[in-house]
Amino acid sequence: MSEAITTTIDADGICTLVMDLPGEKMNTLGPALTNPLEAALRAAMADDAVKAIVLTSAKDSFVAGGDLKQIGGGYDHSGMTGAEIVHVFSYLSRLLRWLETAGKPVACAINGLALGGGLEIAMACHYRVVADDPRIMLGLPESMVGLMPGGGGSQRLPRLVGLQKALPMMMQGKNANPADALKMGLVHAVAPKAELVDVAKAWLREHADAVQPWDKKGFRIPGGAGTMDPNFRNTFMISNTMTRANGFGNYPAPEKILAALYEGLQLPMDKALGVESKYLTQLMLDPVAGNLIRTMFINKGKADGLAARPQGVPKQDFTRIAVIGAGTMGAGIAFAAAKAGMDVVLIDRDMALAEKGKAYAAKRLARDLEKGRTTPAKQDAILSRIHPADGYDGLAEVQLVIESVFEDRAVKQDVIARIGAALPKDVLIASNTSGLPISSLAGYSDRPERFIGLHFFSPAERMPLVEIIKGDATDDTSWAQALDFVGALRKTPITVNDGPGFFTTRFIGSFVTASLDMLEQGVNPALIENGARMVGMPMGALTISDSIGLDVSYHAGVAQAKERGVAPKLGVIGKLFDAGRYGMKNGQGFFDYGPDGDKRLWAGLSAMLPSLAHQPDIEEVKKRILYAQLAEGARCFAEGILIDVIDGDLGATLGVGFPGYLGGPFAAMDTLGLTAVVAECDRLRTSYGDLYAIPDLVREMAASGQTFHGAHAAPSPGLRRSA
Amino acid sequence: MREVFIYDHVRTPRGRGKPDGGLHEATSVEMSRQLMVALKDRNTLPADSIDEVVMGTVSAAGEQGATLPRIAPLLAGFTDRAPGLQINRACASALEAVSIVTAKIGCGMADLAIAGGVESMSRVPMGSDGGGPHGVDPAVSFHKPFVMQGVSADLLATLNGYSRTDLDAYALASHQRAAHAWAQGWFGRSIVPVVDVMGTVLLDRDEHFRPDATMASLGALKPAFKEMGASMGFDGVAIQRYPQVDRIEHVHTAATSSGIVDGAGLMLIGSADAGDRLGKRPRARIRSFISIGSEPILMLDGPTPACERALAVAGLTAGDIDLWELNEAFAAVPLRLMDTMNIPHDRMNVNGGAIAMGHPLGASGAMIAGTLLDEMERRGLGLGLVSLCAAGGMGIAMVLERVN
Repeated sequence: MSEAITTTIDADGICTLVMDLPGEKMNTLGPALTNPLEAALRAAMADDAVKAIVLTSAKDSFVAGGDLKQIGGGYDHSGMTGAEIVHVFSYLSRLLRWLETAGKPVACAINGLALGGGLEIAMACHYRVVADDPRIMLGLPESMVGLMPGGGGSQRLPRLVGLQKALPMMMQGKNANPADALKMGLVHAVAPKAELVDVAKAWLREHADAVQPWDKKGFRIPGGAGTMDPNFRNTFMISNTMTRANGFGNYPAPEKILAALYEGLQLPMDKALGVESKYLTQLMLDPVAGNLIRTMFINKGKADGLAARPQGVPKQDFTRIAVIGAGTMGAGIAFAAAKAGMDVVLIDRDMALAEKGKAYAAKRLARDLEKGRTTPAKQDAILSRIHPADGYDGLAEVQLVIESVFEDRAVKQDVIARIGAALPKDVLIASNTSGLPISSLAGYSDRPERFIGLHFFSPAERMPLVEIIKGDATDDTSWAQALDFVGALRKTPITVNDGPGFFTTRFIGSFVTASLDMLEQGVNPALIENGARMVGMPMGALTISDSIGLDVSYHAGVAQAKERGVAPKLGVIGKLFDAGRYGMKNGQGFFDYGPDGDKRLWAGLSAMLPSLAHQPDIEEVKKRILYAQLAEGARCFAEGILIDVIDGDLGATLGVGFPGYLGGPFAAMDTLGLTAVVAECDRLRTSYGDLYAIPDLVREMAASGQTFHGAHAAPSPGLRRSA
Repeated sequence: MREVFIYDHVRTPRGRGKPDGGLHEATSVEMSRQLMVALKDRNTLPADSIDEVVMGTVSAAGEQGATLPRIAPLLAGFTDRAPGLQINRACASALEAVSIVTAKIGCGMADLAIAGGVESMSRVPMGSDGGGPHGVDPAVSFHKPFVMQGVSADLLATLNGYSRTDLDAYALASHQRAAHAWAQGWFGRSIVPVVDVMGTVLLDRDEHFRPDATMASLGALKPAFKEMGASMGFDGVAIQRYPQVDRIEHVHTAATSSGIVDGAGLMLIGSADAGDRLGKRPRARIRSFISIGSEPILMLDGPTPACERALAVAGLTAGDIDLWELNEAFAAVPLRLMDTMNIPHDRMNVNGGAIAMGHPLGASGAMIAGTLLDEMERRGLGLGLVSLCAAGGMGIAMVLERVN
């Protein structure tokens, strides 16, 4: 087995340390790398024959950052003092501070990507040269997973490049390429990859300086620091305000990063590093980081890697597919597939409609080209793969047909039957229905076992999630191929069992229902919209309804009622529809829309609705919005809709806007504590009805101390149903 | 507490707070010195008669900082025994300075004091002191989010339904009243022209107000805080605290906000004994003085609770007050107090206010208290109430009663 660190000493006394974590594609920072790295560095510093040190990597990348799988695992700090916990989390910071003050010059040859802790190591070296490959990314993306730099990065980066250039890298995770890095002063030189170590050694031989700029007398932060500096002051005022306005106080990482910058930049380095370690520790102990890492990194990684895929089914390649129905969804799906390199037969009733679907992709691509996100050659190639058609003749060579016709049972029945007649017997058929049970649609097909749900979200070419729905008859081969297809689109798949609205449609429905219930009961619509945003939803339910179209909601409500054989209950949506208010599309919905995107609640709304004399507190509004979704999640779990709660967390966050900081409904319920969630839902159910009903199974889980995730996780009823 | 009286007051004219303003070349300490000399001369004060000097300054930095009130009285010819105190209660500072000396005199620890404030906004611009922690220090500002004052003013208007026209009409009245009062010479008794080293007058008249303002000219102005509210996130932060509003209507303009000006104002406050010794009759008795905090994001609605308490302590009701003087930080502020205290417009700021004449932050409280007293005397009225809102969510109010 290879060593994590290889040490060589040349004739000039320059010691080269090469990082190469055994058995991994990239160097990630965990004890397996840092322990031998520390040992090698201490040996080199202690060795009188060593005059200087070069640090580099044998991988394609330099160091890819911390090992999130280890960070997400949780720690037991019981019995430790605050200072002791900080000591644990400041290991890298203390090691790197020692490195830059140990007396021997250290140069870093950044041969590839250096993110997070990787860039922090580089910044603690006295000299940095990076390979001249524009694909190399240098960055501090910790805030993306609810954390912040903990190896001195929050203090060294602004001391190298100034506050203004450091902020977007730390707050928005913006990376620098080698040219940017040289320009802003993050690295000293850019050189061909093969010459990196030589360039580093040349500096060590000729210009070596073992004292960092910030440890020299008279050092000033580039661009200035301290509140007597108007730029510093204004930058923090605007950053604080924007962070609060956009994050609603739900995301601690940007707040702690700003605090560490504000406080740290006014301190000498040792004290500044201490401040960073304390704020990092606070984030490490906050459930937000754990939830973000688990859902957005670890579980998303599993889903992207098709971890749920049944064994033993050969991988299916998709080179040609067909999409039936060239409306908004069908056009978006065709575009997404064409972008992923597939040929797509895009079928509608006549050529004009089919061409219109292709024109959607052309329009989007033209905008991408305008913004420099694509090239004319790529644009042409993608468009050339979309083949409009007005009949089913072209289905002979496809590997998959997705029906995306109007959400009406009779229309779908007709199309599904016709697909079967035109398609070779073993080809997979998928429906993009957003709510009709897949098993019922499969019944219209000649191959129920080869029929599956592929629920895309709008706009399909951009939204990262696809919900796969297994019908009662769907076989494992079909499921595996559906996963292969979603993987080929480079989207994240979740898989759920069948039922009306599956998971995501039901789930977002609970949010909309909770909001419309409040409206019908006389709650001030501004409270409802603001409450949703303060919970962390990307927009309020009234805004969503306006953007989907109130006519669409109206017709969907009528269709659902017909599906269930009940009379439609359309409430305020019906009243607005009758008043000719269709939402954003005609500038009139719950809101009035001005020409410049200006939007205000429609003054006539109050005349259609009651108004409570005593309006609820915003916290109660927020609870009604959040717990309606948690209760819906609990019911989906108990009913066996979900095979794995991971799919529920991913589906809710990536598909329908559930707040990321909570990590999904199941992570949220674990974080809040299931007993507390059940108690709160019971209270809300007494006041507001069955939207907050908690199923017996989840009540029993709470009573017996079971959770959705982790060591005490209850087995998913959906797993048995799916098997 | 023994009774405390106002014996006199003086103010400088208010100069535009810009390099071309009439007072730009006058330092804060020089404006203070000239007012102190005026008080000394007008009242033939002995050089060793002053027990305390308290002055408000909001941007107490540079030449305007470091306990300016210590050195100013010495320059004005008072003896070394007059100590100086510089305070900052934001826009309420000068009236707070009066309150502090009132308390000291009332409890017998001082007999005669000078109180007021000075602010050269052209020489020491807002923010020169570093701006303090609120809004800037993340640890403070995420716990208690900060909203810039103009957005708070628009929020106050939105919550109370004040339209652009309501605000413009109020501002127009302020300009017209100020112009009329100047034309009649009603400010003359208290204005001390500021002079240069040669004794030549730099400014003898407020220069910020616009006698020619019309509803059309005011209506042509752009909203002043819309851009900042939207692009810097202040609207969003304000709505998180006031989620009952769908959006903030940006109705204030530069013309319905107080003007940035330079100036100083001082009052001579003393006990009955001090007046007897000087052979001076008091002009007014200070009946009550209250400072109170209010919610910091809305920030500007502190005057109502301050006035309510000041009236209650004085054993009065709003209906007893003959004249009201409220600092016109933004037009929505006096509109709000008129609503909450049921004050007719013809008893509120009858000679105009800061929208017309400007608001030299740390000096305004003493200036408008003096304006109120002058007008009570001119009209022969008994009771007046002076109030200001202050940054960070504070209000101050003081009830004055004429005694001769």
